[in-house]
Amino acid sequence: MNRDDLKNAVMDYMAGKLTCVEVVDAVTDYLEGAMGPFKWLRFQMHLGMCVGCRTYLKQMKQTIQALGRLPAEPIPPDIRDELVARFRTWKKK
Amino acid sequence: MTAGRKHYTFACRERSSHETRAWVRAGGCLTVWKGAALSGGQSLSDSVQSQSRASGADATSAGGGKRFPQDESRLLAALRAGDEGAFVMLVEQYHGSMLRLARAYVPTHEVAEEVVQETWLAVLEALDRFEARSSLKTWIFRILTTRAKTRGVREKRESVPPSINAENDPNQSAVDPSRFMTTGRFAGHWAVLPRAWEEDTPERLLLSKESRAAIERAIGALPETQRRVVILHDVEGLSPTEICNVLEISETNQRVLLHRGRSKVRRALEGYLEGEAGRG
Repeated sequence: MNRDDLKNAVMDYMAGKLTCVEVVDAVTDYLEGAMGPFKWLRFQMHLGMCVGCRTYLKQMKQTIQALGRLPAEPIPPDIRDELVARFRTWKKK
Repeated sequence: MTAGRKHYTFACRERSSHETRAWVRAGGCLTVWKGAALSGGQSLSDSVQSQSRASGADATSAGGGKRFPQDESRLLAALRAGDEGAFVMLVEQYHGSMLRLARAYVPTHEVAEEVVQETWLAVLEALDRFEARSSLKTWIFRILTTRAKTRGVREKRESVPPSINAENDPNQSAVDPSRFMTTGRFAGHWAVLPRAWEEDTPERLLLSKESRAAIERAIGALPETQRRVVILHDVEGLSPTEICNVLEISETNQRVLLHRGRSKVRRALEGYLEGEAGRG
């Protein structure tokens, strides 16, 4: 094994032996706590070495945050009033 | 002390590897374990899951505070007592969410409105029989999806089927494959690095009508099965167990759909943000 091969092998191991494609594939398992502890460790190692994947993970988290705060369409007053009318009818029973 | 330690060891053995991971993410053994309420038949796995969701919520904010007031029992009592104000509150809280979810089953907004209104009537009908085994929200969503599914099938039968089955869309990959190297030493690694978004991007996206519409469009463009999971999990903040209840799909299946759906939304947002940056 020459020196470059050795260097590459060391870097691959420091990156958890995961490619960025694999990290992107596994990001939901990671965020949802559905990753086994060994893979999780390798995932973390990869993140430590890879700014691209750190950025991607951050974008995912931001996407989820945006989704979580999405406001719902307010109910049109006429529909609300009709539902209240139904409620009153139901109440009487 | 001895009793405590014995309890800890016992609890440890019950956890699967992914629960262990969630447990570590939640900040360490004593923190979670102390906080875990092991009373009332709740298993450690359930409490770990809720703990990890609680701490994970800081990172991901799935559902971002959409869980309705903890005093749901008071709301329920008020409803059963005929308190109109309580009903108005309920309706105003959930109507929009229900519409969005219904649209993941039926083809038009009008039909979705009908389904939601029918659901409210069904909710009133069944209110006396609600046993609070699940949350009120989950229960309402369950009634909704049952009706929406039936209606959706009916609508599809009466219309022309789509020519492309979105589920089998070859463009399924989370990220455009051209973003990655395919050959050489760095095959599988980023060829074009993703560009970091502003720290306050979620807030910024929610501020303007335009960008909110962009998110809604991204959700609307998802295949229905992915859309339902993204809505329930990330928008509405339901737990995986609750989602299993509402959608009747396994957790694994859920996660795959969530992964694909979220990835597509991220990709759409990336496109939108870069378009905005280009204009600005």
